[in-house]
Amino acid sequence: MTGSPDDSMQREGVVLAGLRKSYGPVEAVRGIDVTISPGETVALLGPNGAGKSTTIDMMLGLARPDAGKVTVFGLSPAEAVGSGKVGGMLQTGSLLEYLSVRELVEVVASLYPNPLIVGDVLEATGAQGFAAQRTTNLSGGQTQRVRFALALVANPDLLVLDEPTAALDVEARRDFWSAMRSIAKLGKTVVFATHYLEEADAYADRIVLMARGRIIADGPATEIKAKVGGRTIRATLPGASLDALDALVGVTSTERRGEAVVLTCTDSDTALRALLAAYPAARDIEVLGAGLEEAFLRLVGEDNAEVPYR
Amino acid sequence: MSYATYLRCEVVRTFRNRRFFVFSLAFPLIIYFAIAGANRHATVEEVGLPLYLMTGMVAFGAMIAVISSGARIATERQLGWTRQLRITPLRTSTYFAAKVLSGYLMALVTIVLMYVAGSTLGVRLDARQWAIMTLLLIVGLVPFTLLGILAGHLLKPDSLGPAVGGVTTLFALLSGAWGPLSQGRYFVDVVKCVPSYWLVQSGRVVAFGGGWPPAEAWIVIAVWGVALARLAVVVYRRDTARV
Repeated sequence: MTGSPDDSMQREGVVLAGLRKSYGPVEAVRGIDVTISPGETVALLGPNGAGKSTTIDMMLGLARPDAGKVTVFGLSPAEAVGSGKVGGMLQTGSLLEYLSVRELVEVVASLYPNPLIVGDVLEATGAQGFAAQRTTNLSGGQTQRVRFALALVANPDLLVLDEPTAALDVEARRDFWSAMRSIAKLGKTVVFATHYLEEADAYADRIVLMARGRIIADGPATEIKAKVGGRTIRATLPGASLDALDALVGVTSTERRGEAVVLTCTDSDTALRALLAAYPAARDIEVLGAGLEEAFLRLVGEDNAEVPYR
Repeated sequence: MSYATYLRCEVVRTFRNRRFFVFSLAFPLIIYFAIAGANRHATVEEVGLPLYLMTGMVAFGAMIAVISSGARIATERQLGWTRQLRITPLRTSTYFAAKVLSGYLMALVTIVLMYVAGSTLGVRLDARQWAIMTLLLIVGLVPFTLLGILAGHLLKPDSLGPAVGGVTTLFALLSGAWGPLSQGRYFVDVVKCVPSYWLVQSGRVVAFGGGWPPAEAWIVIAVWGVALARLAVVVYRRDTARV
Protein backbone atom coordinates (compact mmCIF):
# COMPACT_ATOMS: atom_id res chain seq x y z
CA MET A 1 0.00 0.00 0.00
CA THR A 2 2.96 2.37 0.58
CA GLY A 3 3.07 5.15 -1.95
CA SER A 4 -0.30 4.31 -3.47
CA PRO A 5 -2.31 7.34 -4.53
CA ASP A 6 -4.82 7.04 -1.72
CA ASP A 7 -2.14 6.77 0.94
CA SER A 8 -2.92 10.15 2.45
CA MET A 9 -6.60 9.28 2.48
CA GLN A 10 -5.78 6.04 4.25
CA ARG A 11 -3.88 7.91 6.92
CA GLU A 12 -6.96 9.93 7.65
CA GLY A 13 -9.00 7.07 9.07
CA VAL A 14 -12.41 8.04 10.39
CA VAL A 15 -13.20 11.68 11.07
CA LEU A 16 -16.39 12.81 12.80
CA ALA A 17 -16.59 16.59 12.84
CA GLY A 18 -19.26 18.60 14.65
CA LEU A 19 -21.86 15.83 14.33
CA ARG A 20 -25.41 16.50 15.42
CA LYS A 21 -28.53 14.43 14.99
CA SER A 22 -32.02 14.80 16.40
CA TYR A 23 -34.99 12.51 16.13
CA GLY A 24 -37.98 14.77 16.52
CA PRO A 25 -37.56 16.66 19.79
CA VAL A 26 -34.85 14.29 21.03
CA GLU A 27 -31.28 15.36 20.47
CA ALA A 28 -29.50 12.01 20.14
CA VAL A 29 -26.09 13.40 19.24
CA ARG A 30 -25.23 16.95 20.25
CA GLY A 31 -22.01 17.98 18.59
CA ILE A 32 -19.23 15.42 18.68
CA ASP A 33 -15.73 15.48 17.23
CA VAL A 34 -13.60 12.34 17.00
CA THR A 35 -10.68 11.41 14.79
CA ILE A 36 -9.76 7.75 14.59
CA SER A 37 -6.47 6.73 13.02
CA PRO A 38 -6.20 3.66 10.80
CA GLY A 39 -5.36 0.58 12.84
CA GLU A 40 -6.82 1.94 16.06
CA THR A 41 -9.34 -0.03 18.10
CA VAL A 42 -11.72 2.43 19.68
CA ALA A 43 -14.56 1.75 22.10
CA LEU A 44 -17.56 4.03 22.23
CA LEU A 45 -18.50 3.59 25.84
CA GLY A 46 -21.66 4.92 27.35
CA PRO A 47 -24.96 4.05 28.99
CA ASN A 48 -28.17 3.59 27.03
CA GLY A 49 -29.19 6.87 25.50
CA ALA A 50 -25.64 8.11 25.12
CA GLY A 51 -25.95 8.41 21.34
CA LYS A 52 -23.60 5.55 20.48
CA SER A 53 -25.92 3.84 18.00
CA THR A 54 -26.80 7.11 16.32
CA THR A 55 -23.11 7.93 15.98
CA ILE A 56 -22.48 4.51 14.45
CA ASP A 57 -25.44 4.90 12.08
CA MET A 58 -23.97 8.17 10.84
CA MET A 59 -20.54 6.57 10.46
CA LEU A 60 -22.10 3.87 8.28
CA GLY A 61 -24.26 6.25 6.27
CA LEU A 62 -27.50 4.82 7.68
CA ALA A 63 -28.43 8.14 9.23
CA ARG A 64 -27.73 11.58 7.85
CA PRO A 65 -26.27 14.11 10.30
CA ASP A 66 -28.30 17.29 10.86
CA ALA A 67 -24.99 19.12 11.07
CA GLY A 68 -21.34 18.19 10.76
CA LYS A 69 -19.55 15.73 8.56
CA VAL A 70 -18.31 12.16 8.55
CA THR A 71 -15.43 10.96 6.41
CA VAL A 72 -14.16 7.40 6.27
CA PHE A 73 -10.68 7.09 4.73
CA GLY A 74 -11.35 10.44 3.08
CA LEU A 75 -14.62 9.25 1.55
CA SER A 76 -18.24 9.86 2.44
CA PRO A 77 -19.77 6.97 4.40
CA ALA A 78 -21.83 5.94 1.35
CA GLU A 79 -18.74 5.87 -0.87
CA ALA A 80 -16.73 3.97 1.72
CA VAL A 81 -19.53 1.42 2.13
CA GLY A 82 -20.01 1.20 -1.64
CA SER A 83 -16.35 0.43 -2.22
CA GLY A 84 -16.41 -2.36 0.34
CA LYS A 85 -14.06 -0.68 2.84
CA VAL A 86 -16.54 -0.96 5.68
CA GLY A 87 -18.07 -3.94 7.44
CA GLY A 88 -20.61 -3.60 10.16
CA MET A 89 -22.59 -5.44 12.76
CA LEU A 90 -25.70 -3.55 13.77
CA GLN A 91 -27.26 -3.76 17.18
CA THR A 92 -30.48 -5.36 15.99
CA GLY A 93 -31.48 -7.40 13.01
CA SER A 94 -32.34 -10.97 12.15
CA LEU A 95 -30.94 -13.11 9.39
CA LEU A 96 -32.37 -13.60 5.93
CA GLU A 97 -34.73 -16.56 5.74
CA TYR A 98 -34.67 -19.68 3.57
CA LEU A 99 -30.87 -19.96 3.49
CA SER A 100 -28.34 -22.01 5.41
CA VAL A 101 -25.78 -20.20 7.53
CA ARG A 102 -23.04 -21.02 5.02
CA GLU A 103 -25.12 -19.84 2.07
CA LEU A 104 -25.88 -16.56 3.82
CA VAL A 105 -22.23 -15.89 4.63
CA GLU A 106 -21.30 -16.79 1.04
CA VAL A 107 -23.86 -14.35 -0.36
CA VAL A 108 -22.58 -11.49 1.76
CA ALA A 109 -18.97 -12.39 0.92
CA SER A 110 -19.85 -12.20 -2.78
CA LEU A 111 -20.80 -8.54 -2.41
CA TYR A 112 -17.30 -7.45 -1.35
CA PRO A 113 -14.16 -6.96 -3.44
CA ASN A 114 -11.72 -8.87 -1.15
CA PRO A 115 -13.74 -11.18 1.07
CA LEU A 116 -12.15 -13.65 3.46
CA ILE A 117 -12.58 -17.38 2.83
CA VAL A 118 -16.02 -18.35 4.10
CA GLY A 119 -14.84 -21.56 5.79
CA ASP A 120 -12.17 -19.68 7.74
CA VAL A 121 -14.67 -17.09 8.95
CA LEU A 122 -17.16 -19.75 10.04
CA GLU A 123 -14.34 -21.42 11.96
CA ALA A 124 -13.16 -18.18 13.58
CA THR A 125 -16.64 -17.18 14.71
CA GLY A 126 -17.55 -20.64 15.97
CA ALA A 127 -20.32 -20.98 13.40
CA GLN A 128 -18.79 -24.03 11.67
CA GLY A 129 -20.80 -26.48 13.77
CA PHE A 130 -24.15 -25.21 12.54
CA ALA A 131 -23.15 -23.90 9.09
CA ALA A 132 -25.56 -26.27 7.34
CA GLN A 133 -28.57 -25.23 9.42
CA ARG A 134 -31.19 -22.83 8.17
CA THR A 135 -30.85 -19.33 9.57
CA THR A 136 -34.32 -19.57 11.10
CA ASN A 137 -33.38 -22.52 13.35
CA LEU A 138 -30.66 -20.85 15.42
CA SER A 139 -30.42 -19.83 19.04
CA GLY A 140 -29.85 -16.19 19.95
CA GLY A 141 -26.15 -16.77 20.56
CA GLN A 142 -25.74 -18.66 17.28
CA THR A 143 -27.49 -15.86 15.40
CA GLN A 144 -25.11 -13.36 16.94
CA ARG A 145 -22.11 -15.45 15.83
CA VAL A 146 -23.46 -15.47 12.28
CA ARG A 147 -24.01 -11.73 12.34
CA PHE A 148 -20.41 -11.33 13.43
CA ALA A 149 -19.33 -13.67 10.61
CA LEU A 150 -21.18 -11.44 8.13
CA ALA A 151 -19.22 -8.40 9.30
CA LEU A 152 -15.89 -10.27 9.29
CA VAL A 153 -16.18 -11.97 5.92
CA ALA A 154 -16.27 -8.55 4.28
CA ASN A 155 -12.60 -8.19 5.21
CA PRO A 156 -13.08 -4.43 5.54
CA ASP A 157 -10.53 -1.77 6.46
CA LEU A 158 -12.98 -0.43 9.00
CA LEU A 159 -15.04 -2.76 11.16
CA VAL A 160 -17.90 -1.16 13.07
CA LEU A 161 -19.73 -3.13 15.74
CA ASP A 162 -22.71 -1.85 17.67
CA GLU A 163 -22.89 -3.62 21.05
CA PRO A 164 -21.63 -6.86 19.51
CA THR A 165 -21.69 -8.92 22.70
CA ALA A 166 -25.03 -7.75 24.05
CA ALA A 167 -26.82 -11.06 23.36
CA LEU A 168 -23.90 -13.42 24.01
CA ASP A 169 -23.25 -15.85 26.82
CA VAL A 170 -19.86 -15.96 28.52
CA GLU A 171 -18.31 -18.54 26.22
CA ALA A 172 -19.49 -16.84 23.05
CA ARG A 173 -18.24 -13.55 24.40
CA ARG A 174 -14.78 -15.01 24.91
CA ASP A 175 -14.76 -16.52 21.39
CA PHE A 176 -15.90 -13.22 20.01
CA TRP A 177 -13.09 -11.23 21.56
CA SER A 178 -10.45 -13.75 20.64
CA ALA A 179 -11.61 -13.48 17.01
CA MET A 180 -11.56 -9.71 17.35
CA ARG A 181 -7.99 -9.76 18.64
CA SER A 182 -6.78 -11.57 15.55
CA ILE A 183 -8.62 -9.06 13.38
CA ALA A 184 -7.06 -6.10 15.15
CA LYS A 185 -3.64 -7.68 14.56
CA LEU A 186 -4.23 -7.42 10.81
CA GLY A 187 -4.13 -3.65 11.13
CA LYS A 188 -7.85 -3.11 10.74
CA THR A 189 -9.53 -0.08 12.21
CA VAL A 190 -12.15 -1.22 14.68
CA VAL A 191 -14.87 0.84 16.33
CA PHE A 192 -17.21 -0.85 18.76
CA ALA A 193 -19.95 0.41 21.01
CA THR A 194 -20.43 -1.08 24.43
CA HIS A 195 -21.77 -0.27 27.84
CA TYR A 196 -19.36 -2.59 29.63
CA LEU A 197 -16.36 -0.73 30.99
CA GLU A 198 -14.42 -4.01 31.36
CA GLU A 199 -14.87 -4.79 27.67
CA ALA A 200 -13.81 -1.37 26.57
CA ASP A 201 -10.81 -1.49 28.90
CA ALA A 202 -9.72 -4.98 27.85
CA TYR A 203 -10.07 -4.68 24.09
CA ALA A 204 -9.77 -1.04 23.04
CA ASP A 205 -6.64 1.08 22.65
CA ARG A 206 -8.73 4.08 23.31
CA ILE A 207 -12.09 4.82 24.89
CA VAL A 208 -14.45 7.55 23.79
CA LEU A 209 -16.82 8.08 26.66
CA MET A 210 -20.26 9.29 25.64
CA ALA A 211 -23.27 10.42 27.59
CA ARG A 212 -26.40 12.19 26.47
CA GLY A 213 -25.17 12.85 22.98
CA ARG A 214 -21.83 14.33 23.95
CA ILE A 215 -18.29 13.11 24.41
CA ILE A 216 -17.33 13.54 28.03
CA ALA A 217 -13.90 11.93 27.87
CA ASP A 218 -11.63 10.60 25.16
CA GLY A 219 -8.30 8.97 25.83
CA PRO A 220 -6.29 5.80 26.46
CA ALA A 221 -8.33 3.05 28.06
CA THR A 222 -6.43 3.16 31.37
CA GLU A 223 -7.03 6.86 31.77
CA ILE A 224 -10.77 6.55 31.20
CA LYS A 225 -11.01 3.56 33.48
CA ALA A 226 -9.48 5.55 36.33
CA LYS A 227 -12.06 8.24 35.69
CA VAL A 228 -15.17 6.11 35.77
CA GLY A 229 -14.05 2.95 37.50
CA GLY A 230 -14.48 4.16 41.08
CA ARG A 231 -16.10 2.23 43.93
CA THR A 232 -18.34 3.20 46.79
CA ILE A 233 -18.14 2.19 50.42
CA ARG A 234 -21.35 2.05 52.38
CA ALA A 235 -21.32 1.71 56.13
CA THR A 236 -23.66 2.21 59.08
CA LEU A 237 -21.99 4.96 61.07
CA PRO A 238 -24.31 7.19 63.07
CA GLY A 239 -23.02 10.54 64.17
CA ALA A 240 -19.85 10.79 62.07
CA SER A 241 -19.27 14.13 60.41
CA LEU A 242 -19.34 14.13 56.65
CA ASP A 243 -16.55 16.66 56.49
CA ALA A 244 -14.28 14.38 58.48
CA LEU A 245 -15.16 11.43 56.25
CA ASP A 246 -14.52 13.51 53.20
CA ALA A 247 -10.98 14.13 54.42
CA LEU A 248 -10.11 10.40 54.45
CA VAL A 249 -7.49 9.27 51.95
CA GLY A 250 -9.03 7.97 48.69
CA VAL A 251 -12.50 9.43 49.27
CA THR A 252 -13.86 11.89 46.75
CA SER A 253 -17.35 12.56 48.03
CA THR A 254 -19.67 11.59 50.86
CA GLU A 255 -23.37 11.32 51.37
CA ARG A 256 -25.57 10.47 54.32
CA ARG A 257 -28.50 8.08 53.96
CA GLY A 258 -30.23 7.80 57.30
CA GLU A 259 -27.87 6.01 59.68
CA ALA A 260 -25.56 5.05 56.83
CA VAL A 261 -22.91 6.94 54.95
CA VAL A 262 -21.87 6.39 51.35
CA LEU A 263 -18.32 7.24 50.38
CA THR A 264 -17.36 7.51 46.74
CA CYS A 265 -13.74 6.55 46.31
CA THR A 266 -10.94 6.60 43.79
CA ASP A 267 -9.05 4.03 45.86
CA SER A 268 -11.49 2.03 47.94
CA ASP A 269 -8.83 -0.20 49.54
CA THR A 270 -6.96 2.71 51.10
CA ALA A 271 -10.19 4.49 51.98
CA LEU A 272 -11.55 1.42 53.76
CA ARG A 273 -8.40 1.02 55.87
CA ALA A 274 -8.53 4.71 56.77
CA LEU A 275 -12.23 4.45 57.62
CA LEU A 276 -11.77 1.48 59.93
CA ALA A 277 -8.77 3.08 61.64
CA ALA A 278 -10.68 6.29 62.31
CA TYR A 279 -14.10 4.74 63.04
CA PRO A 280 -13.76 1.26 64.56
CA ALA A 281 -17.51 1.34 65.26
CA ALA A 282 -18.43 1.32 61.55
CA ARG A 283 -20.54 -1.75 60.70
CA ASP A 284 -22.54 -3.34 57.85
CA ILE A 285 -19.74 -2.36 55.51
CA GLU A 286 -20.25 -2.89 51.75
CA VAL A 287 -17.81 -2.08 48.96
CA LEU A 288 -19.49 -1.76 45.58
CA GLY A 289 -18.14 -1.16 42.12
CA ALA A 290 -19.76 2.06 41.05
CA GLY A 291 -21.97 1.31 38.09
CA LEU A 292 -21.14 3.01 34.86
CA GLU A 293 -24.46 4.76 35.08
CA GLU A 294 -23.45 6.31 38.38
CA ALA A 295 -20.06 7.33 37.07
CA PHE A 296 -21.70 8.90 34.06
CA LEU A 297 -24.21 10.74 36.17
CA ARG A 298 -21.35 12.17 38.15
CA LEU A 299 -19.47 13.21 35.03
CA VAL A 300 -22.45 14.75 33.32
CA GLY A 301 -24.18 16.06 36.40
CA GLU A 302 -24.83 19.40 34.76
CA ASP A 303 -27.07 17.80 32.14
CA ASN A 304 -29.26 15.96 34.60
CA ALA A 305 -32.43 17.72 33.61
CA GLU A 306 -32.32 16.59 30.02
CA VAL A 307 -34.03 13.55 28.60
CA PRO A 308 -31.76 10.73 27.50
CA TYR A 309 -32.35 8.98 24.20
CA ARG A 310 -32.32 5.20 23.74
CA MET B 1 -17.22 -9.34 -6.68
CA SER B 2 -20.11 -10.35 -8.86
CA TYR B 3 -23.81 -10.18 -8.38
CA ALA B 4 -24.44 -13.67 -9.74
CA THR B 5 -24.33 -15.18 -6.25
CA TYR B 6 -26.77 -12.63 -4.92
CA LEU B 7 -29.21 -13.14 -7.78
CA ARG B 8 -28.97 -16.90 -7.42
CA CYS B 9 -29.62 -16.66 -3.68
CA GLU B 10 -32.71 -14.60 -4.28
CA VAL B 11 -34.09 -17.18 -6.70
CA VAL B 12 -33.20 -20.09 -4.42
CA ARG B 13 -34.98 -18.38 -1.53
CA THR B 14 -38.09 -17.86 -3.63
CA PHE B 15 -38.31 -21.49 -4.55
CA ARG B 16 -37.71 -22.65 -0.98
CA ASN B 17 -40.66 -20.66 0.29
CA ARG B 18 -43.39 -23.28 0.25
CA ARG B 19 -46.34 -21.05 1.03
CA PHE B 20 -45.42 -18.81 -1.83
CA PHE B 21 -45.09 -21.81 -4.10
CA VAL B 22 -48.47 -23.20 -3.14
CA PHE B 23 -50.38 -19.98 -3.66
CA SER B 24 -48.70 -18.92 -6.82
CA LEU B 25 -48.71 -22.36 -8.48
CA ALA B 26 -51.18 -24.73 -6.94
CA PHE B 27 -54.02 -22.30 -6.41
CA PRO B 28 -54.55 -21.32 -10.08
CA LEU B 29 -54.04 -24.94 -11.17
CA ILE B 30 -56.66 -26.27 -8.76
CA ILE B 31 -59.22 -23.68 -9.83
CA TYR B 32 -58.43 -24.42 -13.44
CA PHE B 33 -58.91 -28.16 -13.22
CA ALA B 34 -61.95 -27.82 -10.98
CA ILE B 35 -63.79 -25.61 -13.46
CA ALA B 36 -62.37 -26.40 -16.89
CA GLY B 37 -61.81 -30.09 -16.15
CA ALA B 38 -65.48 -30.56 -15.38
CA ASN B 39 -66.66 -28.58 -18.42
CA ARG B 40 -64.14 -29.52 -21.09
CA HIS B 41 -66.55 -29.15 -23.95
CA ALA B 42 -68.33 -26.03 -22.84
CA THR B 43 -67.72 -22.78 -24.71
CA VAL B 44 -67.50 -19.19 -23.48
CA GLU B 45 -67.69 -16.28 -25.91
CA GLU B 46 -67.46 -18.85 -28.72
CA VAL B 47 -64.19 -20.31 -27.40
CA GLY B 48 -63.62 -23.62 -25.66
CA LEU B 49 -63.70 -23.23 -21.89
CA PRO B 50 -60.25 -24.87 -21.35
CA LEU B 51 -58.59 -22.25 -23.58
CA TYR B 52 -60.70 -19.40 -22.24
CA LEU B 53 -59.95 -20.19 -18.61
CA MET B 54 -56.30 -21.02 -19.26
CA THR B 55 -55.67 -17.48 -20.51
CA GLY B 56 -57.37 -16.11 -17.40
CA MET B 57 -55.65 -18.35 -14.87
CA VAL B 58 -52.21 -17.92 -16.40
CA ALA B 59 -52.55 -14.16 -15.92
CA PHE B 60 -53.86 -14.64 -12.38
CA GLY B 61 -51.06 -16.98 -11.29
CA ALA B 62 -48.30 -14.92 -12.88
CA MET B 63 -49.71 -11.79 -11.26
CA ILE B 64 -49.55 -13.41 -7.80
CA ALA B 65 -45.96 -14.51 -8.47
CA VAL B 66 -44.57 -11.09 -9.34
CA ILE B 67 -46.54 -9.18 -6.69
CA SER B 68 -45.50 -11.61 -3.95
CA SER B 69 -41.86 -11.38 -4.90
CA GLY B 70 -41.70 -7.63 -4.33
CA ALA B 71 -44.01 -7.79 -1.35
CA ARG B 72 -41.50 -9.98 0.47
CA ILE B 73 -39.43 -6.83 0.91
CA ALA B 74 -41.77 -6.14 3.84
CA THR B 75 -40.41 -9.19 5.66
CA GLU B 76 -36.82 -8.23 4.95
CA ARG B 77 -37.48 -4.76 6.29
CA GLN B 78 -38.97 -6.18 9.46
CA LEU B 79 -36.02 -8.53 9.94
CA GLY B 80 -33.68 -5.55 9.70
CA TRP B 81 -32.08 -7.24 6.71
CA THR B 82 -32.49 -4.26 4.38
CA ARG B 83 -30.51 -2.19 6.88
CA GLN B 84 -27.79 -4.83 6.94
CA LEU B 85 -27.67 -4.79 3.13
CA ARG B 86 -27.38 -1.02 3.11
CA ILE B 87 -23.98 -1.32 4.81
CA THR B 88 -22.70 -3.65 2.07
CA PRO B 89 -21.60 -2.55 -1.41
CA LEU B 90 -24.79 -4.03 -2.91
CA ARG B 91 -26.45 -1.41 -5.06
CA THR B 92 -30.11 -0.64 -4.58
CA SER B 93 -30.70 -1.31 -8.26
CA THR B 94 -29.28 -4.81 -7.92
CA TYR B 95 -31.43 -5.43 -4.88
CA PHE B 96 -34.55 -4.59 -6.87
CA ALA B 97 -33.30 -6.38 -9.97
CA ALA B 98 -33.02 -9.56 -7.93
CA LYS B 99 -36.59 -9.18 -6.70
CA VAL B 100 -37.84 -8.61 -10.25
CA LEU B 101 -35.84 -11.52 -11.61
CA SER B 102 -37.04 -13.99 -8.99
CA GLY B 103 -40.63 -12.80 -9.45
CA TYR B 104 -40.44 -13.28 -13.19
CA LEU B 105 -38.85 -16.73 -12.88
CA MET B 106 -41.63 -17.76 -10.55
CA ALA B 107 -44.16 -16.29 -12.96
CA LEU B 108 -42.61 -18.24 -15.84
CA VAL B 109 -42.93 -21.50 -13.91
CA THR B 110 -46.60 -20.68 -13.32
CA ILE B 111 -47.09 -19.81 -16.98
CA VAL B 112 -45.50 -23.04 -18.24
CA LEU B 113 -47.46 -25.17 -15.78
CA MET B 114 -50.72 -23.51 -16.85
CA TYR B 115 -49.85 -24.11 -20.51
CA VAL B 116 -49.23 -27.77 -19.71
CA ALA B 117 -52.50 -27.92 -17.78
CA GLY B 118 -54.29 -26.36 -20.76
CA SER B 119 -52.74 -28.87 -23.13
CA THR B 120 -53.94 -31.79 -21.05
CA LEU B 121 -57.49 -30.45 -21.42
CA GLY B 122 -57.10 -30.20 -25.18
CA VAL B 123 -55.86 -26.65 -25.75
CA ARG B 124 -53.97 -26.50 -29.05
CA LEU B 125 -52.11 -23.39 -30.27
CA ASP B 126 -49.25 -23.04 -32.74
CA ALA B 127 -45.74 -22.17 -31.59
CA ARG B 128 -46.06 -18.56 -32.66
CA GLN B 129 -49.23 -18.09 -30.63
CA TRP B 130 -47.64 -19.60 -27.49
CA ALA B 131 -44.57 -17.37 -27.95
CA ILE B 132 -46.48 -14.12 -28.49
CA MET B 133 -48.80 -14.85 -25.58
CA THR B 134 -45.79 -15.38 -23.30
CA LEU B 135 -44.11 -12.22 -24.52
CA LEU B 136 -47.24 -10.14 -23.95
CA LEU B 137 -47.61 -11.59 -20.45
CA ILE B 138 -44.04 -10.59 -19.65
CA VAL B 139 -44.75 -7.00 -20.69
CA GLY B 140 -48.13 -6.94 -18.97
CA LEU B 141 -46.61 -8.06 -15.68
CA VAL B 142 -44.44 -4.94 -15.34
CA PRO B 143 -47.00 -2.86 -13.39
CA PHE B 144 -47.68 -5.77 -11.05
CA THR B 145 -43.99 -6.24 -10.34
CA LEU B 146 -43.80 -2.58 -9.34
CA LEU B 147 -46.96 -2.90 -7.30
CA GLY B 148 -45.30 -5.70 -5.34
CA ILE B 149 -42.24 -3.57 -4.59
CA LEU B 150 -44.55 -0.75 -3.50
CA ALA B 151 -46.49 -3.09 -1.22
CA GLY B 152 -43.21 -4.34 0.23
CA HIS B 153 -42.43 -0.84 1.45
CA LEU B 154 -45.90 0.14 2.58
CA LEU B 155 -47.16 -2.97 4.36
CA LYS B 156 -46.21 -4.97 7.40
CA PRO B 157 -45.60 -8.70 6.88
CA ASP B 158 -48.76 -9.47 8.87
CA SER B 159 -51.00 -7.70 6.41
CA LEU B 160 -49.24 -8.97 3.28
CA GLY B 161 -51.25 -12.18 2.89
CA PRO B 162 -54.71 -10.58 2.99
CA ALA B 163 -53.56 -7.56 1.00
CA VAL B 164 -51.97 -9.54 -1.82
CA GLY B 165 -54.82 -12.06 -1.84
CA GLY B 166 -57.48 -9.37 -1.88
CA VAL B 167 -55.85 -7.20 -4.50
CA THR B 168 -55.09 -10.06 -6.87
CA THR B 169 -58.64 -11.39 -6.50
CA LEU B 170 -60.07 -7.98 -7.27
CA PHE B 171 -57.76 -7.58 -10.26
CA ALA B 172 -58.74 -11.03 -11.49
CA LEU B 173 -62.45 -10.31 -11.16
CA LEU B 174 -62.20 -6.95 -12.92
CA SER B 175 -60.17 -8.41 -15.75
CA GLY B 176 -62.42 -11.31 -16.58
CA ALA B 177 -59.79 -13.85 -15.60
CA TRP B 178 -62.46 -16.10 -14.11
CA GLY B 179 -65.31 -15.56 -16.50
CA PRO B 180 -66.96 -13.11 -18.90
CA LEU B 181 -67.39 -9.55 -17.67
CA SER B 182 -70.64 -7.67 -17.55
CA GLN B 183 -71.05 -5.79 -20.80
CA GLY B 184 -72.44 -2.58 -19.26
CA ARG B 185 -71.05 0.28 -21.32
CA TYR B 186 -69.44 2.32 -18.55
CA PHE B 187 -68.23 -0.79 -16.76
CA VAL B 188 -66.30 -1.92 -19.81
CA ASP B 189 -64.76 1.54 -20.22
CA VAL B 190 -63.56 1.53 -16.62
CA VAL B 191 -62.30 -2.03 -16.74
CA LYS B 192 -60.21 -1.25 -19.79
CA CYS B 193 -58.15 1.14 -17.67
CA VAL B 194 -57.20 -1.66 -15.27
CA PRO B 195 -53.83 -3.25 -16.11
CA SER B 196 -54.98 -6.77 -15.28
CA TYR B 197 -57.64 -6.52 -17.99
CA TRP B 198 -54.89 -6.28 -20.56
CA LEU B 199 -52.83 -8.94 -18.83
CA VAL B 200 -55.71 -11.34 -19.39
CA GLN B 201 -56.12 -10.05 -22.92
CA SER B 202 -52.46 -11.01 -23.59
CA GLY B 203 -53.70 -14.53 -23.92
CA ARG B 204 -57.13 -13.84 -25.34
CA VAL B 205 -56.23 -11.62 -28.27
CA VAL B 206 -53.71 -14.16 -29.44
CA ALA B 207 -55.62 -17.32 -28.71
CA PHE B 208 -58.87 -16.01 -30.15
CA GLY B 209 -57.06 -15.33 -33.39
CA GLY B 210 -56.91 -11.56 -33.08
CA GLY B 211 -53.16 -10.93 -33.40
CA TRP B 212 -51.71 -8.04 -31.35
CA PRO B 213 -53.50 -6.06 -28.64
CA PRO B 214 -54.69 -2.52 -29.52
CA ALA B 215 -52.68 0.65 -28.81
CA GLU B 216 -54.94 1.25 -25.83
CA ALA B 217 -53.46 -1.79 -24.10
CA TRP B 218 -49.87 -0.58 -24.41
CA ILE B 219 -50.84 2.88 -23.16
CA VAL B 220 -52.65 1.55 -20.09
CA ILE B 221 -49.73 -0.71 -19.17
CA ALA B 222 -47.20 2.08 -19.75
CA VAL B 223 -49.13 4.65 -17.69
CA TRP B 224 -49.58 2.25 -14.78
CA GLY B 225 -45.95 1.22 -15.07
CA VAL B 226 -44.61 4.76 -14.94
CA ALA B 227 -46.98 5.84 -12.16
CA LEU B 228 -46.19 2.83 -9.97
CA ALA B 229 -42.45 3.18 -10.60
CA ARG B 230 -42.61 6.82 -9.49
CA LEU B 231 -44.54 5.88 -6.38
CA ALA B 232 -42.15 3.04 -5.58
CA VAL B 233 -39.21 5.46 -5.73
CA VAL B 234 -40.98 7.94 -3.43
CA VAL B 235 -41.86 5.23 -0.93
CA TYR B 236 -38.37 3.73 -1.05
CA ARG B 237 -36.80 7.14 -0.35
CA ARG B 238 -39.16 7.83 2.51
CA ASP B 239 -38.46 4.41 3.95
CA THR B 240 -34.68 4.75 3.94
CA ALA B 241 -34.59 8.40 5.04
CA ARG B 242 -36.54 7.73 8.20
CA VAL B 243 -33.90 5.55 9.76
